[in-house]
Formats: sequence, structure tokens, C-alpha cells
Amino acid sequence: MTQPVSPPRDGGEKLMAAPAATPWRAVTARADVRTLSLLGVLAALVLIGGITKPDEFLDTRNLQLVLTQASVIGVVTVGMTFVIISGGIDLSVGAIVALASVWATTVATQEYGFLGILFTAVIVGVGCGLVNGVLIAYGAMVPFIATLAMLASARGLALQITDGKTQVVTVDGILDLGERDSYVLGVPPLVLVFAAVTVAGWLVLNRTTFGRRTVAVGGNAEAARLAGIDVRRQRLYLYLLSGLCCGIAAFLLIVLSGSGQNTNGNLYELDAIAAAIIGGTLLSGGRGTIVGSVLGVLIFTTITNIFALNNLQTDVQQIAKGAIIVAAVLVQRRTARD
Amino acid sequence: MAPEPPLLTMSGITKSFPGVRALDGVDLEVLPGEVHCLLGQNGAGKSTLIKVLAGAHQPDDGTIGWRGESVVLRSPIAAMRLGIATIYQELDLVEGLSVAENVHLGHEPTAAGFVVRGKEARTATAALLRRLGHPEIDPARLVGDLSAAQQQIVSMARALSHDVRLIVMDEPSAALDPDEVDNLFRIVDGLTADGVAVVYISHRLEEIRRIGDRVTVLKDGRAVARNLPAKTTPTSEVVALMTGRNVEYVFPARPGHRDLPEPVLTVEGLTRRGEFAPLDLAVRPGEIVGLAGLVGSGRSEVLETIYGARKSTAGRVLVDGRPLRPGSVRAAVRAGLGLAPEERKAQALLMLESVTNNVSVSSMSRFSRGGWLDRGAEREAARGAVRELSLRPDDPAVPVRTLSGGNQQKAVLARWLLRGCKVLLLDEPTRGVDVGARAELYAVVRRLADEGLAVLLVSSEVPEVLGLADRVLVLREGRVVHTAPAAELDEHRVLDLVMEGTPAS
Repeated sequence: MTQPVSPPRDGGEKLMAAPAATPWRAVTARADVRTLSLLGVLAALVLIGGITKPDEFLDTRNLQLVLTQASVIGVVTVGMTFVIISGGIDLSVGAIVALASVWATTVATQEYGFLGILFTAVIVGVGCGLVNGVLIAYGAMVPFIATLAMLASARGLALQITDGKTQVVTVDGILDLGERDSYVLGVPPLVLVFAAVTVAGWLVLNRTTFGRRTVAVGGNAEAARLAGIDVRRQRLYLYLLSGLCCGIAAFLLIVLSGSGQNTNGNLYELDAIAAAIIGGTLLSGGRGTIVGSVLGVLIFTTITNIFALNNLQTDVQQIAKGAIIVAAVLVQRRTARD
Repeated sequence: MAPEPPLLTMSGITKSFPGVRALDGVDLEVLPGEVHCLLGQNGAGKSTLIKVLAGAHQPDDGTIGWRGESVVLRSPIAAMRLGIATIYQELDLVEGLSVAENVHLGHEPTAAGFVVRGKEARTATAALLRRLGHPEIDPARLVGDLSAAQQQIVSMARALSHDVRLIVMDEPSAALDPDEVDNLFRIVDGLTADGVAVVYISHRLEEIRRIGDRVTVLKDGRAVARNLPAKTTPTSEVVALMTGRNVEYVFPARPGHRDLPEPVLTVEGLTRRGEFAPLDLAVRPGEIVGLAGLVGSGRSEVLETIYGARKSTAGRVLVDGRPLRPGSVRAAVRAGLGLAPEERKAQALLMLESVTNNVSVSSMSRFSRGGWLDRGAEREAARGAVRELSLRPDDPAVPVRTLSGGNQQKAVLARWLLRGCKVLLLDEPTRGVDVGARAELYAVVRRLADEGLAVLLVSSEVPEVLGLADRVLVLREGRVVHTAPAAELDEHRVLDLVMEGTPAS
């Protein structure tokens, strides 16, 4: 851990270690330790960004860009977090985002205007989630397999719809949403949607019977069943929820890019899983937090941004991401043992 | 017995688990070529003792002598190298590998150190299977495709693939039908004729009479009798040794004669093919009915089928006269049934969660409106249930995994208390519960019954059933062989009923 992965840049390494180490042992509550350490990592990244590219990184436009980029994958990650807490996995999120984004931007759909696009994106997402959920909950298929099949077919269908072409959006209402004029107090509308989904996700997970059942199913499905919970219906709802999040994310992506493409959402499944995992969600189910997942998303997006500003190629980014996942899991295992 | 030097001498073996002293200075001596039987009730320490012998558990104290030398069995491999092989009750075979691959797992014949010589392994396996009298098992077949009896043969072939001098068999006959048991005995005879010693564990006294040489009886972690002659020791003496307890549990007093209301739970001809025969029973509010029987007698299966966790093949379950939908736990819970299952951690508790969340999980609708939880009301209700059962610590915010076994069981009971259930199904309620905490748990169950709950209790510990229940049904191999008020039965009579080969009438 003392050897930096990349060549040290004027003390950046020291800054990275310090905030993570100090609150580490001091705070007793385990969940707080985890959240604080994620916040510490994020703060360290912001410092690194501020030091290496002070003018560009801390520029308002850049910060708005980081948050906007985080919004699309962030909404997907909230849904994914629920699925993973329940002991499942959804590999099809990226493909669903792609399918929803192209279905909602066909010439025919665009004739129905803003609401037509929004409605189509959401319905396609929920529809794909329904298929996943039925196969997994009532068809007794392993989530990995069912959603892998959905990944393949949704991507295929997206390609068939677009024939590989970019579908440019001509609806003004959509395009306006991405414009600077529609920012609310400097916050892009996409980021507001992300914030709303995060708050809703937190409330559902922590304050509703739905959230409690999700945790119970993931923690011990047999015990949940014998306690009288309808485990299958819960599983169905969870994949519907993930599909819904993908539909919303697809709409955000349409606004962001002003188009729909069949290559949208590429590898979102891996980014969302990685963000949830470093946020402290157990891949085996039964434990996880929305706050952790969202911090995970912000950490990854910030890294990408800093690397891009410093002209480092994507290959270096990928290596750094991999290292962060491993480090986060190792650290979590140590806290879990205490 | 000829004055042969013993093959194995275990002396003063002690092993404690958190809260339980499983073995308390046990001695065991096994001679070459003998069949040494281990007898004892569930929880007497048999499994722990053979795990020490297999190198799977390290004893806290005591010594193990092997062929005159003192040894330490650090791991299962160390035990195997000495020539000690164990065939567990739950067979430890890999279903996706072939017979030959399973037999040689971990010591495959190889070329150049890593290329498995499949043909050599198959030939060697075929020879072992012939020796065991089962040449019809194809060494190339997948173990998952074999019957339970054939899998046991494979397990034995694996034991014999090592240069084995002692084989431990843990209830090998439990899953076998009579023909297969005969074959098992032929194999045991063949082994002992070659000078291999067998440590044989069984609940069935008749089997011990047939093949045993000497018997060691375990009770509450101690060897209460050693090296009894297996063929001639009277049954009554063996049963008395197994049951005479050092620790007497305090059972709550039974209420006197009462006029109880009509049964709340009625079971009519309930059947699950292959598990238990048509079964009738009724439990009235305020009554505790006990099901006594050994492992494999179908006790837990009966409870889980009543609860809908297993689907019945015939018959029906009525609560307050209304039939339940078969195979639906939700229907059972809605009708007022609650189950405290045998495997508390695997089947009942959410180990990562707080006591509150564990207690409220079956009655969340009471604390929510439109899906929103009223966490204050939930906490208060959980606190009330926790206090009523004097669960400790009485702070329901603590994680359930930090509780002792007895308090975890109370958390499960609190769950059903909060739900307001009418019929409580208790499966091995004191498994993993400290001796000291048991009396308290018994008192809780009796008090709940006095308050009008109907209780159906299943336990492999006969004194528990006799002490706690008002009425007792004795199960043997999925059949009720006897029904009587608990006060009219004693432990010897019940053990005779559950252990003797022919169902008593």
C-alpha cells in the first residue's frame, strides 16, 4: 500500500492515505466507518484533481459534467443495489438502457414528443425487468443466466431497431433539458433526477416493508419464506425496480447525448456492480446501502474525470478501477472481522 | 478377548464449544479387527468424538494413542495418513465427479505429477468395488446418478483406497433398506476378517447385537460405560445407561385436568410419500402435544408439511375447521400457524439483522401504512415481546447473531408471539441451547400454552417430550407407533418403541 500505483505527483499519495487512515479506528460504528472512508477517498480524489489540474478540475462546468455523467450510471446503480442486496444480480442493465434509449428515439416515438419519449423509455425498461423477474422468480432461473440472456437479446433488438445508426433527437423539449438555461441554481436537471432517485431509493430501502423484505430475502431466503414472506413476488418486484431504473437512466442518456444509440450503456452492468461493491453491498446479499453505492459511483466518475483531464488513457483508468475494487473489498473484509 | 494391544486408545478427550462442553474426559479403546459400537442419545457427544478421531476437531485436552504411539491428529489428512477413515452420515462425495474420481479425490494416481491416470484409477476402483461386493457399480459413472446405498459403497471404497486400519461409520444404515443393510454387514465382516477395526455408530440396538463386539456408551459428553459385550448386555441395561441423566431438567408443572376447547389444529391423513405415512392428530388451545422419534423418523418432515413448507401428497390440515392450502407457508401463517424450525440459523434468523427486525419480520403489515414502516411502533412492539419472554439482553436493537442459543430461540418465539399466532410448531426447541437456559425455555412454552396457545413439539430428546408435553405420539420410520398421555409413559418405554426393530402395537 505504500508504493503508489502511478508515479507520485507532488504529495498526492500522502493526501490519499491520510483521510482514509485517521477516522478509520476512531469511529466505532461500522457503517459509519465505511461511509466515512468512502467520503475520505472521494475527498482525497477531489484534492488530487484540484492539485494536478487546479483550473480545469474545480471549474464549475467540469463539476457539473462529473455529476451529470454520474447521474446516468448512478440511477442504474440504485436499482442494482436493491437487486444485489436481495442476493441477485442484474447483468442486463446496460443492454436495457441501450434498448430503451433507441426504442424511445425512433422516428415513430418522437412524433409523440417529450412525454412519448419519456413514457417509452420507462415502459421498455420496466418490460425488460418484468421478463427478468418472471424468469427468475417463477421460472426458477438463476439470475446470472436469466439476465445474461436478457443482455444478449436486448442488445440484439437494439441493433435491429437502429440498424447501427445513431437516432438523433429532434424534440425541442428534450434538447432544452440538456441546455444550460434549464439548470436549477446551477444544478443540471439530470443531476436533480439522480438526487431524487437516490433519496427515493434510500427511503424505500430503510423506511418501507419493501426494503425490509429485500434485505430479508437476501440475508436468508429460506428464513424469509418460513417467516411468511412471499419471496418470489419480492424477487419479481426487485427486477421490475431495476428495469425501471434502467428506463429512467435511458431517458437521462437521451437528454445528455441528444440521441439514441444501440451502443449506449456499454458495460454499465460492471460499473454498477463495482460501485455497489465498493460501497459496501455484499455480493452474497443481505447487506448494502444506497449511500455507499452512490459514493462508489461518484468515486469512479471522479477518477475517470481526473484521468481524462491529465490526458491519461482509458487503459490506465481501467487498471486503477480494478485496484480500487480489490482495495475496497480487502478493507471491508477487515472491518467485518473486527 | 485375546490380550491384543489396542489399535487406538483415546483417553481423557475433552472438547468445549462456546457454551457447551461436548466431551468431558472421554476414553475409548479399539482393538484391531473388532467392531466397536458407540451408543448415545443425540447430543451425547458421538459426533464430536468421531470428528476428533477424524482430525476434523482438535481436542482441548486428552491424548490419542495409535498402535502404541502417542499421536496428534492435526487435520483430516493426518488422520487418513495413519489409516483412519471416516464415513459421515451426510456423505461427502462430489456429485459431479465420477465414482473413480471420487474414490481417488486428493490422491489421484498421476503421471508427471499432475496428469491423472484415469484408467489406472478406474481399474483400482473396480477392484475395490468388487471387494465390497458391488461389481455392478461402473467406476466411470457420475456419483450424482447413483442411489444413496450405492453412494455409501463409493464412500467406503474411498476409505479403503487408503491403507486403512480403522473405519468410522456414522449411522451407515440410516438411509438403507434391509437388503442393503445385510450387504453392509457382509462388508463389515469382510473388513474385520482382514484385521481392520470398525467404529460403528447406530441408534438401532438390533444392529449392534448382530455385528458389534464391544460397546461404549456416551451420555452428556462422558463415557458412562466402556467395552461392554455387545451381544450379551441386556437391552434394559444399555437403555438405562443411555438415559440415566446427570443433569435433571426442571420441567414446569402440568396443569391438572381441564376442559379444553375444540382443537384449533386438526391434521387428517396427512402424507408425504417416502417420508411419513398418513397421520392424524389434533391439538387443542392450551395443549402441548409432543412427537417423539429418532433422526429419520419423519418428525421434522411432519412439522414442515403441516406448516406448508413441504407439500403434502395426501390428507389435509385444518385450522379452526378451515382447510389450509397445501404447500403454502403464507396460507399457514395467515391462518395462525408459526414455526420455530430445527435449524434456527439457517431457517429462521436473519443473522445480519437486529433482534427487532427478526421479531417483526412476520408482522410488518401491523407497523406499516401503505408500505411505510412506523419504526417507533415496531420497536415498541418488539421491545414488548422481548420483555415478555425475558430475552436477554433486553435491548432489541442488538444484532441477533450476538445472542446465545436460548435467546435466539426466544427471538423466534417472540416473532410468533407478536404475530399473535394460535398454533406454535416447535422443532427441536432446545438444540444448541445451554442446559441452564433450557428450563427457562420450557417455562416460557408452558406459559404460552396456559395463555391459550396450541403447541406441537418435536424433539429427539425423549425426556424433553415427556417432561413438557401433555400428550405424546411416538414416531418410528414415518409411522405413529404409539399415542398416550405423557404422564403414562417413561423414557425406557419410549426408547424401546423408537429403537426396537418391529413397531410395537
